Amino acid sequence: MLEFKGFKTVIQRTFLIVIAQVFTVFTISANDHADSASHDGGFNAGEMIMHHVLDANEIHIADGIGFPLPIILYTENGLDVFSYGQFIDEAHEPNLTYSSASTNNTYAYNHGHITQISANGDELAHAGWGVNKHSFLDFSITKNVVGVFVILLIMFSLFLSIARSYTKGIGRTSAPKGSQSILEPFILFIRDEVAKPSIGTGYQKFMPFLLSVFFFIWIGNLLGLIPFIGGLNVTGNIAVTMILALFTFVITTINGNKGYWMHIVLPPGVPAWLLPIMWPIEIIGVISKPIVLMLRLFANITAGHIIILSFTGLIFIFYGTSGAGVAYGVSVGSVLFSVFMLSLELLVAFLQAYVFTLLSAIYFGQAVEDHH
Amino acid sequence: MDLVTPGFGLVFWTTLSFLLILFLLGKFAWKPILKSIKEREDTIQDALEAAERAKDEMRKLKESNDALLQEAREERDKLMKEARETKDQIISEAKNRAKEEADKILVSTREEIKNEKQKAITELKNQVAEISFEIAEKVLSEKLNDSEKQSESVKKALNEINFN
Repeated sequence: MLEFKGFKTVIQRTFLIVIAQVFTVFTISANDHADSASHDGGFNAGEMIMHHVLDANEIHIADGIGFPLPIILYTENGLDVFSYGQFIDEAHEPNLTYSSASTNNTYAYNHGHITQISANGDELAHAGWGVNKHSFLDFSITKNVVGVFVILLIMFSLFLSIARSYTKGIGRTSAPKGSQSILEPFILFIRDEVAKPSIGTGYQKFMPFLLSVFFFIWIGNLLGLIPFIGGLNVTGNIAVTMILALFTFVITTINGNKGYWMHIVLPPGVPAWLLPIMWPIEIIGVISKPIVLMLRLFANITAGHIIILSFTGLIFIFYGTSGAGVAYGVSVGSVLFSVFMLSLELLVAFLQAYVFTLLSAIYFGQAVEDHH
Repeated sequence: MDLVTPGFGLVFWTTLSFLLILFLLGKFAWKPILKSIKEREDTIQDALEAAERAKDEMRKLKESNDALLQEAREERDKLMKEARETKDQIISEAKNRAKEEADKILVSTREEIKNEKQKAITELKNQVAEISFEIAEKVLSEKLNDSEKQSESVKKALNEINFN
């Protein structure tokens, strides 16, 4: 379904695709090109990038190879569970409709959006945050939900296994062994460099959350850098970062002691007539902390992915405008830059996990700090 | 807009998964791991402290040993010195006593000799007196016979007397 102008042979096409796939995070799929080609028949880098950064109902490994994921919709008329494969026709065009036998609902899939349509094609309802006439809940196991599950499985297998070793006495009465040796430094790093200096006494209470959130983000970031697994962008999704930041916010609020709240309600050294002005500021201060956490992680990871995808996109842009020869030339530079960016992203993956954990720890520290 | 609009599905599954991670790993992984690490650190800390204490004790023991040794050495030196002094004293005392004894013996010997001499002289005197008496007796008796013979006999008598 590739619609590039002037593709002469399948070999040429395959070669470009392989370069793009090996050295970049996301695969260039036929569907994207079909989508992006719809306006002017050329390659639209912006649409391609957005398509890969956003969530999807399938895991797309390569051109024509993809795993449709289950779609779970809770509508006014009941629950519908079906495969994304129902939307794809033989030509892999995801524009078809699906009618559920149990609820008599008809759904249409267009550019990543599932809508409930009437018999004549008008939109009745779309995915939202409630169940009513115009909205249904979308519990679909999307690409990023799979990513979250993968993170969960990796964390469970890693940490439950080393916890078992510790319980047996390895690493407790003897030196740590195997994966303990790899993971222990990071656990100690979170404890000694993040939790202890930021929270102080009573840091133990926050260790489970800090360790969970650190490894969740780090593994999530690293998953996003692995090519050929469908371009998971878990930590670059605002829903995921929002939930993580919300956890930090809730834990901070629950653990806020008298001093913490007094600081907000009656900031020391502020005259009484200023208080009405201070309150909104303090409230904004409290709310902005988790929002900043959410946006920082989301923006950093998404930006990294966009940059790498842009370098890949360059090859195809030059192919469309200047021909195959120029595209080969550009591909050399693109690949080099992609390699550089990927190396940088490996660092960023750790750094963002660290920053999120550190800032969470600092907020907890402020909440439990002793104000004299 | 899709990029910055959180979808309900992902929010739901992420919350569920993260709560699972938080509680299951918190109970079955983080707690035992952190506890074990803490235990190990405490063990190592204890061992290090014990080693330090043992080292300290060893040092103290060595110090006291050295002190003891030094004391013993001093004691020995003192004893040796005392012994030497005692020996010298005994020797000098013995020498003195021997000298005194010798002197005493010499004095008593001398006195004895003197006494003996005196005795001998007294005896000699007595003998001389006796002999004189004898001579006188003989002379007197001779005289009574012959004056010549008398002198002869005196001379003879005198020759016979041997002053021993």
